[in-house]
Amino acid sequence: MGKYKFEGFRRENGTAGARNHVAIIPVDDLSNSAAEGVANLIAGTLPLPHPYGRLQFGADLDLFFDTMIGTGRNPNIAAAVVICIEPKWADKVAEGIAKTGKPVEAFSIERSGDLKTIEKAARAAKSLVQKASELKREQVDLSEIIVSTKCGESDTTSGLASNPTVGRVVEGLLADGSTVLFGETSEITGGEQIVAERMKTPELKKKFMKVFNDYQDFIKAQGVDLLGSQPTEGNIRGGLTTIEEKAMGNVQKIGKAKVDGVLNPAEAPNGKGLFFMDTSSAAAEAVTLFAAGGSITHLFTTGQGNIIGNPVIPVMKLSANPLTVSTMSEHIDVPLEKILTLEQTLDQAADATIDVLLKTLSGRLTSAEVLKHREFVLTKLYRSA
Amino acid sequence: MKPQFLVHDEHDNVGVAVADIQAGEKLQGACLENGKQMSIQSKDAIPLGHKVALAAIKKGDGVTKYGVTIGTATQAIEVGSHVHVHNLKTNRW
Repeated sequence: MGKYKFEGFRRENGTAGARNHVAIIPVDDLSNSAAEGVANLIAGTLPLPHPYGRLQFGADLDLFFDTMIGTGRNPNIAAAVVICIEPKWADKVAEGIAKTGKPVEAFSIERSGDLKTIEKAARAAKSLVQKASELKREQVDLSEIIVSTKCGESDTTSGLASNPTVGRVVEGLLADGSTVLFGETSEITGGEQIVAERMKTPELKKKFMKVFNDYQDFIKAQGVDLLGSQPTEGNIRGGLTTIEEKAMGNVQKIGKAKVDGVLNPAEAPNGKGLFFMDTSSAAAEAVTLFAAGGSITHLFTTGQGNIIGNPVIPVMKLSANPLTVSTMSEHIDVPLEKILTLEQTLDQAADATIDVLLKTLSGRLTSAEVLKHREFVLTKLYRSA
Repeated sequence: MKPQFLVHDEHDNVGVAVADIQAGEKLQGACLENGKQMSIQSKDAIPLGHKVALAAIKKGDGVTKYGVTIGTATQAIEVGSHVHVHNLKTNRW
Protein backbone atom coordinates (compact mmCIF):
# COMPACT_ATOMS: atom_id res chain seq x y z
CA MET A 1 0.00 0.00 0.00
CA GLY A 2 1.42 3.32 -1.05
CA LYS A 3 1.13 6.71 0.56
CA TYR A 4 -0.85 8.39 -2.23
CA LYS A 5 -4.42 7.59 -3.28
CA PHE A 6 -6.86 8.95 -5.82
CA GLU A 7 -10.39 8.27 -7.02
CA GLY A 8 -10.27 6.30 -10.25
CA PHE A 9 -12.20 3.91 -12.47
CA ARG A 10 -11.47 0.21 -11.92
CA ARG A 11 -11.17 -1.80 -15.15
CA GLU A 12 -11.98 -5.45 -15.89
CA ASN A 13 -8.31 -6.49 -15.81
CA GLY A 14 -7.64 -4.80 -12.47
CA THR A 15 -5.96 -1.66 -13.82
CA ALA A 16 -7.32 1.77 -12.94
CA GLY A 17 -8.00 4.85 -15.04
CA ALA A 18 -8.30 8.56 -14.39
CA ARG A 19 -10.88 9.08 -17.15
CA ASN A 20 -13.83 7.07 -18.42
CA HIS A 21 -13.80 7.58 -22.18
CA VAL A 22 -15.70 5.59 -24.78
CA ALA A 23 -13.23 5.82 -27.66
CA ILE A 24 -14.24 5.72 -31.31
CA ILE A 25 -11.09 4.40 -32.99
CA PRO A 26 -10.65 4.61 -36.76
CA VAL A 27 -8.09 2.04 -37.90
CA ASP A 28 -7.23 4.07 -41.01
CA ASP A 29 -7.52 7.57 -42.44
CA LEU A 30 -10.52 6.49 -44.55
CA SER A 31 -12.51 5.72 -41.41
CA ASN A 32 -12.00 9.09 -39.71
CA SER A 33 -15.19 10.45 -41.23
CA ALA A 34 -17.35 7.61 -39.88
CA ALA A 35 -15.64 7.78 -36.47
CA GLU A 36 -16.33 11.50 -36.24
CA GLY A 37 -19.86 10.89 -37.49
CA VAL A 38 -20.48 8.56 -34.55
CA ALA A 39 -18.92 11.00 -32.10
CA ASN A 40 -21.14 13.81 -33.43
CA LEU A 41 -24.26 11.73 -32.75
CA ILE A 42 -23.41 10.17 -29.41
CA ALA A 43 -22.62 12.22 -26.30
CA GLY A 44 -19.69 11.08 -24.20
CA THR A 45 -17.69 9.53 -27.02
CA LEU A 46 -14.10 10.39 -27.92
CA PRO A 47 -13.09 10.08 -31.59
CA LEU A 48 -9.38 9.50 -32.29
CA PRO A 49 -8.85 10.53 -35.94
CA HIS A 50 -5.35 10.21 -37.43
CA PRO A 51 -3.84 10.23 -40.93
CA TYR A 52 -2.36 6.70 -41.19
CA GLY A 53 -3.11 2.98 -41.34
CA ARG A 54 -2.91 2.30 -45.07
CA LEU A 55 -0.11 0.41 -46.84
CA GLN A 56 2.28 0.58 -43.93
CA PHE A 57 4.65 -2.39 -43.68
CA GLY A 58 7.31 -4.02 -41.53
CA ALA A 59 8.34 -2.37 -38.26
CA ASP A 60 6.30 0.72 -39.14
CA LEU A 61 3.12 -1.36 -39.44
CA ASP A 62 3.92 -3.21 -36.20
CA LEU A 63 4.31 0.11 -34.38
CA PHE A 64 1.04 1.31 -35.91
CA PHE A 65 -0.86 -1.68 -34.49
CA ASP A 66 0.96 -1.48 -31.14
CA THR A 67 -0.05 2.17 -30.86
CA MET A 68 -3.70 1.71 -31.88
CA ILE A 69 -4.21 -1.37 -29.71
CA GLY A 70 -2.21 0.11 -26.81
CA THR A 71 -4.31 3.27 -26.96
CA GLY A 72 -7.53 1.25 -26.83
CA ARG A 73 -6.16 -0.76 -23.92
CA ASN A 74 -5.34 2.39 -21.91
CA PRO A 75 -7.16 2.25 -18.54
CA ASN A 76 -8.62 5.73 -19.19
CA ILE A 77 -10.79 4.10 -21.85
CA ALA A 78 -13.89 2.27 -20.58
CA ALA A 79 -14.96 0.84 -23.92
CA ALA A 80 -14.09 1.18 -27.59
CA VAL A 81 -15.77 1.20 -30.98
CA VAL A 82 -13.31 0.29 -33.75
CA ILE A 83 -14.05 1.30 -37.35
CA CYS A 84 -11.99 0.23 -40.37
CA ILE A 85 -12.49 0.26 -44.12
CA GLU A 86 -12.32 -3.57 -44.13
CA PRO A 87 -13.17 -6.18 -41.47
CA LYS A 88 -9.82 -7.95 -41.00
CA TRP A 89 -7.88 -5.11 -39.43
CA ALA A 90 -10.98 -3.89 -37.55
CA ASP A 91 -11.06 -7.29 -35.86
CA LYS A 92 -7.30 -7.35 -35.28
CA VAL A 93 -7.38 -4.03 -33.40
CA ALA A 94 -10.62 -4.88 -31.56
CA GLU A 95 -9.30 -8.27 -30.46
CA GLY A 96 -6.08 -6.70 -29.17
CA ILE A 97 -8.08 -4.24 -27.08
CA ALA A 98 -10.61 -6.86 -25.93
CA LYS A 99 -7.82 -8.86 -24.22
CA THR A 100 -8.17 -6.36 -21.37
CA GLY A 101 -11.74 -7.56 -20.86
CA LYS A 102 -13.24 -4.17 -21.69
CA PRO A 103 -16.20 -4.02 -24.11
CA VAL A 104 -15.11 -3.47 -27.73
CA GLU A 105 -17.15 -3.55 -30.93
CA ALA A 106 -15.75 -3.55 -34.46
CA PHE A 107 -17.30 -2.25 -37.68
CA SER A 108 -16.14 -2.09 -41.28
CA ILE A 109 -17.24 0.23 -44.05
CA GLU A 110 -16.91 -1.91 -47.20
CA ARG A 111 -20.29 -3.38 -48.28
CA SER A 112 -22.09 -0.95 -45.91
CA GLY A 113 -20.88 2.57 -46.74
CA ASP A 114 -20.29 5.35 -44.23
CA LEU A 115 -23.94 5.99 -43.36
CA LYS A 116 -24.97 2.46 -42.46
CA THR A 117 -21.67 1.98 -40.62
CA ILE A 118 -22.24 5.16 -38.63
CA GLU A 119 -25.73 3.99 -37.69
CA LYS A 120 -24.56 0.56 -36.52
CA ALA A 121 -21.54 1.96 -34.70
CA ALA A 122 -23.59 4.77 -33.12
CA ARG A 123 -26.11 2.26 -31.70
CA ALA A 124 -23.22 0.29 -30.20
CA ALA A 125 -21.59 3.46 -28.87
CA LYS A 126 -24.84 4.59 -27.25
CA SER A 127 -25.11 1.45 -25.19
CA LEU A 128 -21.37 1.48 -24.33
CA VAL A 129 -21.60 5.09 -23.15
CA GLN A 130 -24.61 4.36 -20.96
CA LYS A 131 -22.88 1.32 -19.46
CA ALA A 132 -19.68 3.32 -18.84
CA SER A 133 -21.68 6.09 -17.21
CA GLU A 134 -22.80 3.65 -14.51
CA LEU A 135 -19.21 3.21 -13.31
CA LYS A 136 -18.33 5.07 -10.13
CA ARG A 137 -14.90 6.29 -9.11
CA GLU A 138 -13.33 4.32 -6.28
CA GLN A 139 -10.17 4.65 -4.23
CA VAL A 140 -7.04 3.62 -6.11
CA ASP A 141 -3.49 3.38 -4.85
CA LEU A 142 -1.11 5.55 -6.86
CA SER A 143 1.33 2.62 -6.83
CA GLU A 144 -0.98 0.80 -9.26
CA ILE A 145 -0.69 3.28 -12.11
CA ILE A 146 1.72 4.48 -14.77
CA VAL A 147 2.63 8.16 -15.13
CA SER A 148 4.80 9.62 -17.91
CA THR A 149 6.96 12.71 -18.19
CA LYS A 150 8.56 14.76 -20.93
CA CYS A 151 9.61 18.38 -21.40
CA GLY A 152 9.07 20.65 -24.39
CA GLU A 153 10.03 24.16 -25.50
CA SER A 154 12.57 23.94 -22.71
CA ASP A 155 14.71 26.83 -21.53
CA THR A 156 16.98 27.51 -18.56
CA THR A 157 13.97 27.66 -16.24
CA SER A 158 13.26 24.02 -17.16
CA GLY A 159 16.68 22.83 -15.99
CA LEU A 160 16.65 25.08 -12.91
CA ALA A 161 13.13 24.60 -11.64
CA SER A 162 10.38 22.69 -13.45
CA ASN A 163 12.46 19.61 -14.37
CA PRO A 164 14.00 19.23 -10.89
CA THR A 165 10.48 19.66 -9.43
CA VAL A 166 9.25 16.77 -11.57
CA GLY A 167 12.44 14.90 -10.62
CA ARG A 168 11.41 15.11 -6.98
CA VAL A 169 7.84 14.05 -7.85
CA VAL A 170 9.20 11.08 -9.84
CA GLU A 171 11.46 10.05 -6.93
CA GLY A 172 8.38 10.25 -4.66
CA LEU A 173 6.21 8.23 -7.04
CA LEU A 174 8.88 5.55 -7.45
CA ALA A 175 9.38 5.34 -3.66
CA ASP A 176 5.61 4.86 -3.40
CA GLY A 177 5.68 1.98 -5.90
CA SER A 178 4.32 3.74 -9.00
CA THR A 179 5.62 3.25 -12.51
CA VAL A 180 7.06 6.15 -14.52
CA LEU A 181 7.85 6.41 -18.24
CA PHE A 182 10.25 8.87 -19.86
CA GLY A 183 11.93 8.93 -23.28
CA GLU A 184 13.16 11.35 -25.98
CA THR A 185 15.90 9.35 -27.70
CA SER A 186 16.98 12.19 -30.01
CA GLU A 187 17.30 14.86 -27.31
CA ILE A 188 20.13 13.02 -25.60
CA THR A 189 22.41 12.75 -28.64
CA GLY A 190 25.93 13.29 -27.32
CA GLY A 191 24.68 13.00 -23.74
CA GLU A 192 23.63 9.37 -24.09
CA GLN A 193 26.33 8.25 -21.63
CA ILE A 194 24.64 10.31 -18.91
CA VAL A 195 21.37 8.39 -19.38
CA ALA A 196 23.27 5.09 -19.89
CA GLU A 197 24.87 5.55 -16.45
CA ARG A 198 21.38 5.60 -14.92
CA MET A 199 20.58 2.06 -16.09
CA LYS A 200 20.35 -0.38 -13.16
CA THR A 201 22.19 -3.29 -14.81
CA PRO A 202 24.88 -3.73 -17.49
CA GLU A 203 22.30 -5.60 -19.62
CA LEU A 204 19.96 -2.61 -19.53
CA LYS A 205 22.82 -0.27 -20.36
CA LYS A 206 23.58 -2.42 -23.39
CA LYS A 207 19.92 -2.45 -24.42
CA PHE A 208 19.69 1.31 -24.02
CA MET A 209 22.86 1.89 -26.07
CA LYS A 210 21.48 -0.36 -28.80
CA VAL A 211 18.27 1.71 -28.96
CA PHE A 212 20.36 4.85 -29.10
CA ASN A 213 22.82 3.55 -31.72
CA ASP A 214 20.01 2.16 -33.90
CA TYR A 215 18.49 5.62 -33.84
CA GLN A 216 21.83 7.19 -34.81
CA ASP A 217 22.22 4.70 -37.67
CA PHE A 218 18.71 5.48 -38.89
CA ILE A 219 19.48 9.21 -38.91
CA LYS A 220 22.79 8.59 -40.74
CA ALA A 221 20.95 6.50 -43.34
CA GLN A 222 18.96 9.68 -44.12
CA GLY A 223 22.25 11.41 -44.92
CA VAL A 224 22.25 13.49 -41.74
CA ASP A 225 24.71 13.39 -38.85
CA LEU A 226 23.13 14.54 -35.62
CA LEU A 227 26.27 13.99 -33.57
CA GLY A 228 27.65 17.48 -33.07
CA SER A 229 24.28 19.12 -33.78
CA GLN A 230 23.58 19.51 -30.09
CA PRO A 231 23.18 21.88 -28.37
CA THR A 232 21.33 23.81 -31.07
CA GLU A 233 22.04 27.44 -31.97
CA GLY A 234 18.89 28.39 -30.02
CA ASN A 235 20.16 26.51 -26.97
CA ILE A 236 23.53 28.30 -27.22
CA ARG A 237 21.82 31.68 -27.48
CA GLY A 238 19.89 30.76 -24.33
CA GLY A 239 23.11 29.97 -22.46
CA LEU A 240 23.55 26.22 -22.88
CA THR A 241 27.16 25.46 -23.84
CA THR A 242 27.64 21.69 -24.02
CA ILE A 243 25.61 18.56 -24.74
CA GLU A 244 26.44 17.19 -21.28
CA GLU A 245 24.79 20.29 -19.83
CA LYS A 246 21.71 19.94 -22.03
CA ALA A 247 21.33 16.24 -21.28
CA MET A 248 21.64 16.90 -17.54
CA GLY A 249 18.87 19.51 -17.74
CA ASN A 250 16.70 16.91 -19.45
CA VAL A 251 17.40 14.07 -16.98
CA GLN A 252 16.52 16.33 -14.04
CA LYS A 253 12.98 15.08 -14.72
CA ILE A 254 13.88 11.66 -13.31
CA GLY A 255 15.71 13.10 -10.33
CA LYS A 256 18.44 10.80 -9.09
CA ALA A 257 16.45 7.68 -9.94
CA LYS A 258 17.88 4.63 -11.72
CA VAL A 259 16.17 3.05 -14.71
CA ASP A 260 14.49 -0.37 -14.37
CA GLY A 261 13.78 -1.06 -18.03
CA VAL A 262 14.06 0.02 -21.66
CA LEU A 263 10.88 -0.12 -23.77
CA ASN A 264 10.18 -0.11 -27.49
CA PRO A 265 7.83 2.65 -28.67
CA ALA A 266 4.27 2.03 -27.35
CA GLU A 267 5.41 -1.02 -25.34
CA ALA A 268 3.78 -1.50 -21.93
CA PRO A 269 6.20 -2.04 -19.03
CA ASN A 270 6.22 -5.59 -17.65
CA GLY A 271 6.95 -4.52 -14.11
CA LYS A 272 7.12 -1.55 -11.78
CA GLY A 273 9.66 1.23 -11.63
CA LEU A 274 11.23 3.72 -14.00
CA PHE A 275 11.26 2.91 -17.73
CA PHE A 276 12.95 4.60 -20.68
CA MET A 277 10.82 4.38 -23.82
CA ASP A 278 12.35 4.88 -27.26
CA THR A 279 10.35 7.92 -28.43
CA SER A 280 10.64 10.95 -30.62
CA SER A 281 11.19 14.24 -28.82
CA ALA A 282 8.18 15.74 -30.60
CA ALA A 283 5.71 16.27 -27.76
CA ALA A 284 2.50 14.87 -29.24
CA GLU A 285 4.23 11.79 -30.71
CA ALA A 286 5.92 10.97 -27.42
CA VAL A 287 2.80 11.45 -25.28
CA THR A 288 0.73 9.33 -27.70
CA LEU A 289 3.33 6.53 -27.35
CA PHE A 290 3.41 6.82 -23.54
CA ALA A 291 -0.41 6.58 -23.45
CA ALA A 292 -0.26 3.50 -25.70
CA GLY A 293 2.23 2.05 -23.20
CA GLY A 294 -0.31 2.49 -20.40
CA SER A 295 0.44 5.91 -18.89
CA ILE A 296 -2.79 7.43 -17.55
CA THR A 297 -1.49 10.94 -16.98
CA HIS A 298 1.47 13.01 -18.09
CA LEU A 299 3.66 15.59 -16.36
CA PHE A 300 4.80 18.02 -19.04
CA THR A 301 7.34 20.70 -18.16
CA THR A 302 7.80 23.68 -20.43
CA GLY A 303 9.91 26.81 -20.48
CA GLN A 304 8.77 28.84 -23.45
CA GLY A 305 5.27 27.33 -23.49
CA ASN A 306 4.50 24.11 -25.36
CA ILE A 307 0.70 23.76 -25.22
CA ILE A 308 0.30 20.06 -26.09
CA GLY A 309 -2.58 17.90 -24.89
CA ASN A 310 -3.74 14.34 -25.54
CA PRO A 311 -7.26 12.99 -26.03
CA VAL A 312 -6.84 9.89 -23.87
CA ILE A 313 -4.65 11.05 -20.98
CA PRO A 314 -4.70 14.35 -19.08
CA VAL A 315 -1.49 16.28 -19.72
CA MET A 316 -0.49 18.49 -16.78
CA LYS A 317 1.59 21.50 -17.71
CA LEU A 318 4.30 22.87 -15.40
CA SER A 319 6.34 26.01 -16.03
CA ALA A 320 8.76 28.12 -14.02
CA ASN A 321 9.23 30.78 -16.67
CA PRO A 322 7.52 33.90 -15.25
CA LEU A 323 6.78 35.27 -18.73
CA THR A 324 5.14 32.01 -19.83
CA VAL A 325 3.18 31.70 -16.57
CA SER A 326 1.80 35.24 -16.96
CA THR A 327 1.27 35.47 -20.74
CA MET A 328 0.03 31.88 -21.25
CA SER A 329 -1.63 31.32 -17.89
CA GLU A 330 -4.58 29.39 -19.36
CA HIS A 331 -2.19 26.58 -20.36
CA ILE A 332 -0.33 26.15 -17.07
CA ASP A 333 -1.65 23.78 -14.38
CA VAL A 334 1.24 24.15 -11.96
CA PRO A 335 2.97 27.56 -12.02
CA LEU A 336 6.46 27.29 -10.54
CA GLU A 337 7.94 30.74 -11.19
CA LYS A 338 8.33 31.42 -7.46
CA ILE A 339 11.17 28.88 -7.34
CA LEU A 340 13.35 31.36 -9.25
CA THR A 341 12.72 34.13 -6.71
CA LEU A 342 13.36 31.69 -3.83
CA GLU A 343 9.77 32.14 -2.61
CA GLN A 344 9.15 28.42 -3.15
CA THR A 345 11.57 25.55 -2.57
CA LEU A 346 11.81 22.58 -4.92
CA ASP A 347 10.31 20.36 -2.20
CA GLN A 348 7.32 22.70 -1.82
CA ALA A 349 6.94 22.77 -5.61
CA ALA A 350 6.97 18.95 -5.70
CA ASP A 351 4.26 18.82 -3.00
CA ALA A 352 2.13 21.31 -4.97
CA THR A 353 2.61 19.19 -8.11
CA ILE A 354 1.58 15.95 -6.37
CA ASP A 355 -1.51 17.74 -5.04
CA VAL A 356 -2.55 18.77 -8.58
CA LEU A 357 -1.60 15.29 -9.87
CA LEU A 358 -3.93 13.55 -7.39
CA LYS A 359 -6.75 16.00 -8.17
CA THR A 360 -6.22 15.48 -11.91
CA LEU A 361 -6.27 11.71 -11.55
CA SER A 362 -9.48 12.02 -9.52
CA GLY A 363 -11.25 13.96 -12.26
CA ARG A 364 -10.09 17.58 -12.23
CA LEU A 365 -9.69 18.63 -15.87
CA THR A 366 -6.27 19.86 -16.96
CA SER A 367 -5.84 23.12 -18.86
CA ALA A 368 -5.14 21.12 -22.03
CA GLU A 369 -8.38 19.15 -21.61
CA VAL A 370 -10.48 22.25 -21.01
CA LEU A 371 -8.89 23.96 -24.02
CA LYS A 372 -9.67 20.83 -26.11
CA HIS A 373 -6.05 19.98 -26.91
CA ARG A 374 -6.39 16.45 -28.28
CA GLU A 375 -3.15 15.87 -30.16
CA PHE A 376 -3.27 12.18 -31.06
CA VAL A 377 -0.17 11.81 -33.24
CA LEU A 378 1.14 8.48 -34.45
CA THR A 379 4.87 7.92 -34.84
CA LYS A 380 5.69 6.86 -38.38
CA LEU A 381 9.06 5.17 -38.91
CA TYR A 382 9.18 5.54 -42.72
CA ARG A 383 6.90 6.17 -45.70
CA SER A 384 4.18 3.73 -46.69
CA ALA A 385 4.35 1.39 -49.67
CA MET B 1 16.38 38.52 -1.46
CA LYS B 2 15.75 38.53 -5.18
CA PRO B 3 18.66 36.46 -6.56
CA GLN B 4 20.53 37.35 -9.77
CA PHE B 5 21.90 33.84 -10.09
CA LEU B 6 20.96 30.33 -8.95
CA VAL B 7 23.06 27.22 -8.46
CA HIS B 8 21.78 23.68 -9.06
CA ASP B 9 24.07 21.74 -6.75
CA GLU B 10 26.40 22.66 -3.90
CA HIS B 11 29.39 21.16 -5.77
CA ASP B 12 28.90 23.36 -8.85
CA ASN B 13 31.54 25.91 -9.86
CA VAL B 14 29.09 27.79 -12.10
CA GLY B 15 25.71 29.36 -11.44
CA VAL B 16 22.94 30.43 -13.84
CA ALA B 17 21.94 34.09 -14.26
CA VAL B 18 18.21 34.54 -13.62
CA ALA B 19 18.41 38.23 -14.61
CA ASP B 20 20.55 40.13 -17.11
CA ILE B 21 23.78 40.94 -15.26
CA GLN B 22 26.12 43.91 -15.92
CA ALA B 23 29.91 43.79 -15.46
CA GLY B 24 31.01 44.87 -11.97
CA GLU B 25 27.71 44.16 -10.22
CA LYS B 26 27.58 42.67 -6.74
CA LEU B 27 25.48 39.57 -7.23
CA GLN B 28 23.28 37.66 -4.81
CA GLY B 29 22.63 33.99 -5.45
CA ALA B 30 21.46 30.80 -3.82
CA CYS B 31 21.80 27.06 -4.21
CA LEU B 32 18.47 25.40 -5.09
CA GLU B 33 19.59 22.09 -3.59
CA ASN B 34 20.09 23.36 -0.04
CA GLY B 35 19.02 27.02 -0.06
CA LYS B 36 22.55 28.24 0.83
CA GLN B 37 23.04 31.89 -0.13
CA MET B 38 26.18 33.36 -1.70
CA SER B 39 27.51 36.58 -3.15
CA ILE B 40 30.07 37.33 -5.89
CA GLN B 41 31.17 40.26 -8.06
CA SER B 42 30.51 39.97 -11.80
CA LYS B 43 33.48 40.43 -14.19
CA ASP B 44 31.48 40.39 -17.42
CA ALA B 45 28.00 41.17 -18.64
CA ILE B 46 26.06 37.89 -18.40
CA PRO B 47 22.71 37.45 -20.17
CA LEU B 48 19.80 35.76 -18.41
CA GLY B 49 20.12 31.99 -18.64
CA HIS B 50 23.89 32.07 -19.12
CA LYS B 51 26.51 30.80 -16.70
CA VAL B 52 28.67 32.73 -14.21
CA ALA B 53 31.83 31.30 -12.60
CA LEU B 54 31.52 30.91 -8.82
CA ALA B 55 35.18 29.95 -8.34
CA ALA B 56 38.43 30.42 -10.24
CA ILE B 57 38.70 27.61 -12.80
CA LYS B 58 42.11 26.70 -14.28
CA LYS B 59 42.60 25.96 -17.96
CA GLY B 60 41.99 22.23 -18.42
CA ASP B 61 39.87 21.90 -15.27
CA GLY B 62 36.33 20.59 -15.34
CA VAL B 63 33.30 22.84 -15.16
CA THR B 64 30.67 21.42 -12.81
CA LYS B 65 26.93 22.02 -13.07
CA TYR B 66 24.13 19.80 -11.67
CA GLY B 67 26.95 18.24 -9.62
CA VAL B 68 28.52 16.68 -12.73
CA THR B 69 31.24 17.71 -15.18
CA ILE B 70 29.66 19.38 -18.20
CA GLY B 71 32.96 20.12 -20.02
CA THR B 72 36.48 21.50 -19.70
CA ALA B 73 37.72 25.10 -19.36
CA THR B 74 39.67 26.05 -22.52
CA GLN B 75 41.27 29.01 -20.71
CA ALA B 76 41.62 30.23 -17.12
CA ILE B 77 38.26 31.53 -15.85
CA GLU B 78 38.06 34.10 -13.05
CA VAL B 79 35.31 34.30 -10.42
CA GLY B 80 32.36 36.29 -11.79
CA SER B 81 33.24 35.66 -15.46
CA HIS B 82 30.81 34.64 -18.16
CA VAL B 83 31.22 30.90 -18.87
CA HIS B 84 30.15 29.86 -22.36
CA VAL B 85 31.43 28.60 -25.74
CA HIS B 86 34.48 30.96 -25.60
CA ASN B 87 35.97 29.29 -22.50
CA LEU B 88 34.13 25.98 -22.06
CA LYS B 89 34.18 22.94 -24.34
CA THR B 90 32.36 19.63 -24.25
CA ASN B 91 34.37 16.52 -23.30
CA ARG B 92 32.43 14.60 -25.93
CA TRP B 93 34.21 15.73 -29.11
